Amino acid sequence: MQVGILGASGFVGGELLRLLLLHPNTEVTIATSRQYERDYVHRIHANLRGFTDLQFSSPDIDQILKQCEFVFTAVPHGSALKVMPTLVNSGIKVVDMSADYRLRNAKDYEKWYGYTHPHPDLLEKFTLGIPELRKDEIKNSDQVSAPGCMAVTSILGLAPLAHSGIVEKRAIIDAKVGSSGAGTKPSLATLHAERYGVIRPYQPVGHRHTAEIEQELSAYSPEFEISLSAHAVNIVRGILCTSYLTLNRDYSVQDIWKVFRSFYDGQPFIRFIRDRKGVYRYPDPKILVGSNFCDIGFDVDRDRRHLVVLSATDNLVKGAAGIAIQSMNLMMNYEETMGLMLPPIHPV
Amino acid sequence: MDKKCSDCDGTIVIPDDALSGEIVSCPDCGLEYEVAKTRSNSVELKPAEPVGEDWGE
Repeated sequence: MQVGILGASGFVGGELLRLLLLHPNTEVTIATSRQYERDYVHRIHANLRGFTDLQFSSPDIDQILKQCEFVFTAVPHGSALKVMPTLVNSGIKVVDMSADYRLRNAKDYEKWYGYTHPHPDLLEKFTLGIPELRKDEIKNSDQVSAPGCMAVTSILGLAPLAHSGIVEKRAIIDAKVGSSGAGTKPSLATLHAERYGVIRPYQPVGHRHTAEIEQELSAYSPEFEISLSAHAVNIVRGILCTSYLTLNRDYSVQDIWKVFRSFYDGQPFIRFIRDRKGVYRYPDPKILVGSNFCDIGFDVDRDRRHLVVLSATDNLVKGAAGIAIQSMNLMMNYEETMGLMLPPIHPV
Repeated sequence: MDKKCSDCDGTIVIPDDALSGEIVSCPDCGLEYEVAKTRSNSVELKPAEPVGEDWGE
Protein backbone atom coordinates (compact mmCIF):
# COMPACT_ATOMS: atom_id res chain seq x y z
CA MET A 1 0.00 0.00 0.00
CA GLN A 2 1.31 3.42 -0.93
CA VAL A 3 1.50 5.75 2.04
CA GLY A 4 2.09 9.47 2.39
CA ILE A 5 3.28 11.42 5.42
CA LEU A 6 2.23 15.03 5.54
CA GLY A 7 4.75 16.75 7.79
CA ALA A 8 7.54 14.19 7.87
CA SER A 9 10.50 16.18 9.17
CA GLY A 10 9.55 16.23 12.85
CA PHE A 11 10.29 13.56 15.42
CA VAL A 12 6.92 11.89 14.91
CA GLY A 13 7.37 11.98 11.13
CA GLY A 14 10.78 10.37 11.57
CA GLU A 15 9.34 7.58 13.67
CA LEU A 16 6.54 7.00 11.18
CA LEU A 17 9.19 6.68 8.47
CA ARG A 18 11.39 4.34 10.54
CA LEU A 19 8.49 1.96 11.18
CA LEU A 20 6.74 2.23 7.80
CA LEU A 21 9.93 1.69 5.78
CA LEU A 22 10.20 -1.81 7.28
CA HIS A 23 6.46 -2.53 7.41
CA PRO A 24 5.79 -5.48 5.06
CA ASN A 25 2.66 -3.95 3.55
CA THR A 26 3.58 -0.30 3.09
CA GLU A 27 5.66 1.77 0.70
CA VAL A 28 6.20 5.40 1.67
CA THR A 29 5.84 7.35 -1.56
CA ILE A 30 5.55 10.90 -0.25
CA ALA A 31 7.11 12.59 2.78
CA THR A 32 6.41 16.29 2.87
CA SER A 33 8.26 19.18 4.47
CA ARG A 34 8.12 22.83 3.47
CA GLN A 35 11.37 23.59 5.28
CA TYR A 36 13.39 20.72 3.81
CA GLU A 37 11.80 20.39 0.37
CA ARG A 38 14.05 18.39 -2.03
CA ASP A 39 16.43 17.41 0.77
CA TYR A 40 17.01 13.72 1.35
CA VAL A 41 15.04 12.30 4.25
CA HIS A 42 18.20 10.85 5.78
CA ARG A 43 19.70 14.31 6.07
CA ILE A 44 17.14 15.15 8.74
CA HIS A 45 16.45 11.65 10.05
CA ALA A 46 20.05 10.51 10.07
CA ASN A 47 19.15 7.07 11.46
CA LEU A 48 17.41 6.26 8.16
CA ARG A 49 20.48 6.62 5.90
CA GLY A 50 20.62 3.52 3.72
CA PHE A 51 16.96 2.68 4.25
CA THR A 52 15.42 5.10 1.75
CA ASP A 53 16.31 7.47 -1.07
CA LEU A 54 13.14 9.44 -0.50
CA GLN A 55 13.37 13.22 -0.65
CA PHE A 56 11.06 15.61 1.13
CA SER A 57 8.50 17.22 -1.14
CA SER A 58 6.21 20.22 -0.77
CA PRO A 59 2.83 19.50 0.82
CA ASP A 60 0.76 19.13 -2.35
CA ILE A 61 -2.56 17.53 -1.44
CA ASP A 62 -3.42 16.71 -5.07
CA GLN A 63 -0.17 14.75 -5.42
CA ILE A 64 -0.83 12.90 -2.19
CA LEU A 65 -4.28 11.93 -3.37
CA LYS A 66 -2.87 10.72 -6.70
CA GLN A 67 0.03 8.73 -5.28
CA CYS A 68 -1.22 7.45 -1.92
CA GLU A 69 -3.90 5.15 -0.60
CA PHE A 70 -3.31 6.12 3.01
CA VAL A 71 -2.02 9.30 4.64
CA PHE A 72 -0.65 10.26 8.03
CA THR A 73 -0.89 13.95 8.91
CA ALA A 74 1.96 14.78 11.30
CA VAL A 75 1.73 18.56 10.96
CA PRO A 76 1.55 20.97 13.92
CA HIS A 77 -1.72 21.49 15.78
CA GLY A 78 -3.84 23.87 13.75
CA SER A 79 -2.37 22.92 10.37
CA ALA A 80 -4.34 19.69 10.08
CA LEU A 81 -7.54 21.70 10.48
CA LYS A 82 -7.08 23.24 7.07
CA VAL A 83 -6.22 20.19 4.98
CA MET A 84 -8.61 17.73 6.57
CA PRO A 85 -11.83 18.64 4.71
CA THR A 86 -10.12 17.92 1.37
CA LEU A 87 -8.64 14.65 2.61
CA VAL A 88 -11.89 13.47 4.18
CA ASN A 89 -13.96 14.37 1.13
CA SER A 90 -11.55 12.50 -1.15
CA GLY A 91 -12.25 9.26 0.73
CA ILE A 92 -8.58 8.53 1.44
CA LYS A 93 -7.95 6.83 4.78
CA VAL A 94 -6.17 9.08 7.22
CA VAL A 95 -4.62 9.02 10.67
CA ASP A 96 -4.17 12.52 12.06
CA MET A 97 -1.40 12.91 14.62
CA SER A 98 -2.41 16.41 15.72
CA ALA A 99 -4.92 17.38 18.41
CA ASP A 100 -7.25 18.97 15.89
CA TYR A 101 -9.73 16.08 15.68
CA ARG A 102 -9.29 14.29 19.00
CA LEU A 103 -12.14 15.85 20.95
CA ARG A 104 -15.77 14.98 20.23
CA ASN A 105 -17.26 18.21 21.52
CA ALA A 106 -16.37 21.31 19.47
CA LYS A 107 -16.83 23.51 22.54
CA ASP A 108 -13.92 21.73 24.21
CA TYR A 109 -11.63 23.31 21.60
CA GLU A 110 -12.67 26.75 22.80
CA LYS A 111 -12.01 25.77 26.40
CA TRP A 112 -8.74 23.85 26.00
CA TYR A 113 -7.19 25.14 22.77
CA GLY A 114 -8.55 28.66 22.63
CA TYR A 115 -10.10 28.55 19.17
CA THR A 116 -13.47 27.89 17.62
CA HIS A 117 -13.27 24.66 15.64
CA PRO A 118 -13.93 25.52 12.00
CA HIS A 119 -15.16 22.03 11.05
CA PRO A 120 -17.22 20.69 13.94
CA ASP A 121 -19.12 18.44 11.54
CA LEU A 122 -15.91 16.49 10.90
CA LEU A 123 -15.26 15.70 14.57
CA GLU A 124 -17.81 12.91 14.65
CA LYS A 125 -16.16 11.24 11.67
CA PHE A 126 -12.94 10.68 13.61
CA THR A 127 -12.32 7.79 16.01
CA LEU A 128 -9.77 8.34 18.75
CA GLY A 129 -7.09 5.82 17.87
CA ILE A 130 -6.53 3.78 21.01
CA PRO A 131 -6.77 0.20 19.70
CA GLU A 132 -6.85 -1.33 23.17
CA LEU A 133 -10.12 0.52 23.82
CA ARG A 134 -11.71 1.03 20.40
CA LYS A 135 -10.58 -1.84 18.19
CA ASP A 136 -13.84 -2.45 16.37
CA GLU A 137 -14.53 1.25 15.86
CA ILE A 138 -11.06 1.77 14.37
CA LYS A 139 -11.50 -1.21 12.05
CA ASN A 140 -14.60 0.45 10.64
CA SER A 141 -13.17 3.97 10.44
CA ASP A 142 -11.68 5.87 7.54
CA GLN A 143 -10.53 8.71 9.80
CA VAL A 144 -8.64 8.16 13.02
CA SER A 145 -7.12 10.72 15.34
CA ALA A 146 -4.04 9.52 17.22
CA PRO A 147 -4.19 10.39 20.91
CA GLY A 148 -1.76 12.67 22.73
CA CYS A 149 1.26 10.92 24.22
CA MET A 150 0.61 11.79 27.86
CA ALA A 151 -3.11 11.23 27.32
CA VAL A 152 -2.80 7.69 26.00
CA THR A 153 -0.21 6.72 28.61
CA SER A 154 -2.58 7.92 31.34
CA ILE A 155 -5.71 6.49 29.75
CA LEU A 156 -4.26 3.00 29.35
CA GLY A 157 -3.33 2.95 33.03
CA LEU A 158 -6.71 4.21 34.22
CA ALA A 159 -9.33 2.82 31.83
CA PRO A 160 -9.56 -0.63 33.47
CA LEU A 161 -10.22 1.03 36.83
CA ALA A 162 -12.80 3.46 35.49
CA HIS A 163 -14.47 0.51 33.77
CA SER A 164 -14.44 -1.69 36.86
CA GLY A 165 -16.01 0.88 39.16
CA ILE A 166 -13.71 -0.04 42.05
CA VAL A 167 -12.29 3.48 42.38
CA GLU A 168 -13.74 6.86 43.16
CA LYS A 169 -14.25 8.99 40.06
CA ARG A 170 -11.13 11.03 40.44
CA ALA A 171 -7.46 10.52 39.63
CA ILE A 172 -4.42 12.71 40.09
CA ILE A 173 -1.83 12.09 37.38
CA ASP A 174 1.82 13.04 37.76
CA ALA A 175 3.34 12.82 34.27
CA LYS A 176 7.04 12.97 33.42
CA VAL A 177 8.05 13.35 29.80
CA GLY A 178 11.32 13.38 27.87
CA SER A 179 12.60 16.20 25.69
CA SER A 180 11.44 14.69 22.37
CA GLY A 181 7.87 15.39 23.50
CA ALA A 182 8.52 19.06 22.87
CA GLY A 183 9.08 18.49 19.16
CA THR A 184 11.77 19.91 16.89
CA LYS A 185 10.95 23.59 17.08
CA PRO A 186 13.74 25.10 19.18
CA SER A 187 13.19 27.51 22.04
CA LEU A 188 15.19 28.96 24.89
CA ALA A 189 13.78 26.24 27.15
CA THR A 190 15.04 23.47 24.87
CA LEU A 191 18.65 24.67 24.75
CA HIS A 192 20.92 21.94 26.10
CA ALA A 193 22.21 24.31 28.77
CA GLU A 194 18.69 24.94 30.03
CA ARG A 195 17.09 21.55 29.40
CA TYR A 196 19.83 19.22 30.63
CA GLY A 197 19.33 17.94 34.15
CA VAL A 198 15.90 19.43 34.72
CA ILE A 199 12.91 18.10 36.61
CA ARG A 200 10.82 20.97 35.37
CA PRO A 201 7.15 21.25 36.31
CA TYR A 202 5.93 22.85 33.10
CA GLN A 203 2.18 22.52 33.49
CA PRO A 204 1.05 21.81 37.07
CA VAL A 205 -2.59 22.38 36.08
CA GLY A 206 -4.58 22.96 32.91
CA HIS A 207 -2.70 20.69 30.50
CA ARG A 208 -4.63 20.23 27.27
CA HIS A 209 -4.46 16.45 27.44
CA THR A 210 -6.82 16.67 30.43
CA ALA A 211 -9.70 16.97 27.96
CA GLU A 212 -8.83 13.77 26.10
CA ILE A 213 -8.27 11.79 29.27
CA GLU A 214 -11.59 12.83 30.80
CA GLN A 215 -13.37 12.24 27.50
CA GLU A 216 -12.14 8.65 27.28
CA LEU A 217 -12.48 7.72 30.96
CA SER A 218 -15.98 9.18 31.10
CA ALA A 219 -17.00 6.66 28.43
CA TYR A 220 -16.51 4.01 31.14
CA SER A 221 -17.42 6.06 34.17
CA PRO A 222 -19.46 9.21 33.48
CA GLU A 223 -18.00 12.46 34.82
CA PHE A 224 -14.69 10.87 35.79
CA GLU A 225 -12.35 13.75 36.71
CA ILE A 226 -8.61 13.94 36.51
CA SER A 227 -5.95 16.46 37.43
CA LEU A 228 -2.78 16.25 35.35
CA SER A 229 0.58 17.76 36.29
CA ALA A 230 3.26 17.54 33.61
CA HIS A 231 7.01 17.60 34.21
CA ALA A 232 9.90 17.75 31.76
CA VAL A 233 12.62 15.34 32.89
CA ASN A 234 16.13 14.50 31.83
CA ILE A 235 15.50 11.82 29.22
CA VAL A 236 15.03 12.06 25.46
CA ARG A 237 12.27 9.50 25.02
CA GLY A 238 9.63 8.27 27.35
CA ILE A 239 6.70 9.06 29.58
CA LEU A 240 5.91 7.80 33.04
CA CYS A 241 2.47 8.59 34.44
CA THR A 242 2.02 7.98 38.15
CA SER A 243 -1.69 8.11 38.93
CA TYR A 244 -3.18 8.32 42.39
CA LEU A 245 -6.68 7.01 43.07
CA THR A 246 -8.91 6.12 46.00
CA LEU A 247 -10.47 2.69 46.12
CA ASN A 248 -14.12 2.76 47.05
CA ARG A 249 -13.59 -0.09 49.54
CA ASP A 250 -10.82 -2.39 50.68
CA TYR A 251 -9.46 -4.23 47.65
CA SER A 252 -6.44 -6.52 47.64
CA VAL A 253 -3.52 -6.68 45.23
CA GLN A 254 -5.10 -9.80 43.77
CA ASP A 255 -8.34 -7.91 43.13
CA ILE A 256 -6.47 -5.20 41.21
CA TRP A 257 -4.55 -7.78 39.19
CA LYS A 258 -7.87 -9.33 38.12
CA VAL A 259 -9.19 -5.94 36.98
CA PHE A 260 -6.17 -5.28 34.75
CA ARG A 261 -5.83 -8.81 33.41
CA SER A 262 -9.47 -9.19 32.46
CA PHE A 263 -9.63 -5.76 30.81
CA TYR A 264 -6.53 -6.23 28.66
CA ASP A 265 -6.86 -9.93 27.93
CA GLY A 266 -5.23 -10.66 24.56
CA GLN A 267 -3.93 -7.12 23.94
CA PRO A 268 -0.52 -7.55 22.28
CA PHE A 269 1.04 -4.26 23.34
CA ILE A 270 0.11 -4.19 27.02
CA ARG A 271 2.61 -5.59 29.51
CA PHE A 272 2.16 -5.77 33.27
CA ILE A 273 5.11 -5.00 35.50
CA ARG A 274 4.74 -5.52 39.21
CA ASP A 275 7.62 -7.81 39.91
CA ARG A 276 9.33 -8.93 43.09
CA LYS A 277 12.61 -9.50 41.32
CA GLY A 278 14.93 -7.75 38.91
CA VAL A 279 15.96 -4.13 38.55
CA TYR A 280 12.74 -2.95 36.90
CA ARG A 281 9.97 -3.88 39.33
CA TYR A 282 7.53 -1.25 38.09
CA PRO A 283 7.11 0.39 34.66
CA ASP A 284 10.01 2.56 33.56
CA PRO A 285 10.22 4.24 30.15
CA LYS A 286 13.91 3.36 29.99
CA ILE A 287 13.02 -0.22 29.06
CA LEU A 288 10.50 0.84 26.41
CA VAL A 289 12.70 2.83 24.04
CA GLY A 290 11.80 2.20 20.40
CA SER A 291 8.83 -0.05 21.17
CA ASN A 292 5.06 0.08 20.92
CA PHE A 293 4.39 -1.35 24.36
CA CYS A 294 2.62 0.30 27.25
CA ASP A 295 3.85 -1.09 30.56
CA ILE A 296 1.43 -0.93 33.47
CA GLY A 297 1.97 -1.60 37.17
CA PHE A 298 0.38 -0.68 40.47
CA ASP A 299 0.55 -0.89 44.22
CA VAL A 300 -2.03 -0.62 46.95
CA ASP A 301 -1.98 0.93 50.42
CA ARG A 302 -4.92 -0.98 51.86
CA ASP A 303 -5.00 0.95 55.14
CA ARG A 304 -5.79 4.13 53.26
CA ARG A 305 -7.62 2.62 50.25
CA HIS A 306 -4.92 4.33 48.21
CA LEU A 307 -4.07 2.94 44.77
CA VAL A 308 -1.04 4.03 42.75
CA VAL A 309 -0.99 3.12 39.06
CA LEU A 310 2.15 3.47 36.95
CA SER A 311 1.98 3.49 33.17
CA ALA A 312 4.89 4.07 30.81
CA THR A 313 5.42 4.40 27.06
CA ASP A 314 7.92 5.58 24.48
CA ASN A 315 6.21 8.89 23.68
CA LEU A 316 7.24 8.77 20.01
CA VAL A 317 6.10 5.17 19.42
CA LYS A 318 3.16 4.07 21.59
CA GLY A 319 2.57 7.77 22.23
CA ALA A 320 2.53 8.70 18.53
CA ALA A 321 3.85 6.84 15.45
CA GLY A 322 3.47 3.28 16.73
CA ILE A 323 -0.10 3.61 17.93
CA ALA A 324 -0.96 5.38 14.64
CA ILE A 325 0.42 2.44 12.63
CA GLN A 326 -1.41 0.02 14.94
CA SER A 327 -4.60 1.88 13.96
CA MET A 328 -3.60 1.77 10.28
CA ASN A 329 -3.17 -2.00 10.53
CA LEU A 330 -6.69 -2.33 11.91
CA MET A 331 -8.18 0.08 9.35
CA MET A 332 -6.57 -1.91 6.53
CA ASN A 333 -7.47 -5.28 8.03
CA TYR A 334 -3.80 -6.20 8.48
CA GLU A 335 -2.50 -8.06 11.52
CA GLU A 336 -2.66 -5.55 14.37
CA THR A 337 0.99 -6.14 15.27
CA MET A 338 2.36 -5.97 11.72
CA GLY A 339 5.61 -4.03 11.59
CA LEU A 340 5.39 -3.18 15.28
CA MET A 341 6.37 -6.22 17.32
CA LEU A 342 9.86 -5.01 18.15
CA PRO A 343 11.50 -5.47 21.55
CA PRO A 344 12.64 -2.27 23.20
CA ILE A 345 16.33 -1.40 23.14
CA HIS A 346 18.27 -2.21 26.29
CA PRO A 347 20.43 -0.81 27.72
CA VAL A 348 20.12 2.77 26.51
CA MET B 1 2.40 -28.58 33.59
CA ASP B 2 0.91 -25.12 34.11
CA LYS B 3 -0.24 -23.66 37.41
CA LYS B 4 -1.81 -20.29 38.14
CA CYS B 5 -0.14 -17.83 40.47
CA SER B 6 -2.31 -17.29 43.53
CA ASP B 7 -1.29 -13.63 43.68
CA CYS B 8 -1.47 -12.27 40.14
CA ASP B 9 -3.08 -15.14 38.19
CA GLY B 10 -0.02 -15.44 35.95
CA THR B 11 0.86 -18.77 34.36
CA ILE B 12 3.71 -20.72 35.98
CA VAL B 13 5.17 -23.50 33.88
CA ILE B 14 6.36 -26.42 36.03
CA PRO B 15 9.06 -28.50 34.33
CA ASP B 16 8.20 -32.20 33.97
CA ASP B 17 11.33 -33.14 35.85
CA ALA B 18 10.70 -30.72 38.73
CA LEU B 19 11.57 -32.23 42.10
CA SER B 20 9.88 -31.74 45.44
CA GLY B 21 11.46 -28.77 47.18
CA GLU B 22 12.46 -27.07 43.96
CA ILE B 23 11.70 -23.35 43.84
CA VAL B 24 9.76 -21.92 40.90
CA SER B 25 8.71 -18.31 40.49
CA CYS B 26 5.88 -16.55 38.71
CA PRO B 27 7.20 -14.94 35.49
CA ASP B 28 4.85 -11.98 35.95
CA CYS B 29 5.04 -10.97 39.61
CA GLY B 30 8.04 -12.95 40.86
CA LEU B 31 6.24 -14.73 43.71
CA GLU B 32 8.18 -17.87 44.58
CA TYR B 33 6.71 -21.30 45.22
CA GLU B 34 8.09 -24.58 46.43
CA VAL B 35 7.20 -27.57 44.29
CA ALA B 36 5.52 -30.34 46.24
CA LYS B 37 4.87 -33.69 44.56
CA THR B 38 2.17 -35.92 45.91
CA ARG B 39 2.23 -39.70 46.06
CA SER B 40 0.22 -39.82 42.85
CA ASN B 41 2.98 -37.69 41.28
CA SER B 42 0.75 -34.67 40.78
CA VAL B 43 2.26 -31.29 41.56
CA GLU B 44 1.19 -28.71 44.11
CA LEU B 45 2.73 -25.33 44.78
CA LYS B 46 3.35 -23.98 48.27
CA PRO B 47 4.39 -20.37 48.82
CA ALA B 48 8.13 -20.32 49.41
CA GLU B 49 9.67 -18.54 52.39
CA PRO B 50 10.64 -15.04 51.23
CA VAL B 51 14.28 -14.03 51.43
CA GLY B 52 14.94 -10.67 53.07
CA GLU B 53 15.96 -7.98 50.61
CA ASP B 54 16.34 -4.27 51.20
CA TRP B 55 17.12 -3.58 47.55
CA GLY B 56 19.76 -1.05 48.40
CA GLU B 57 17.42 1.28 50.23
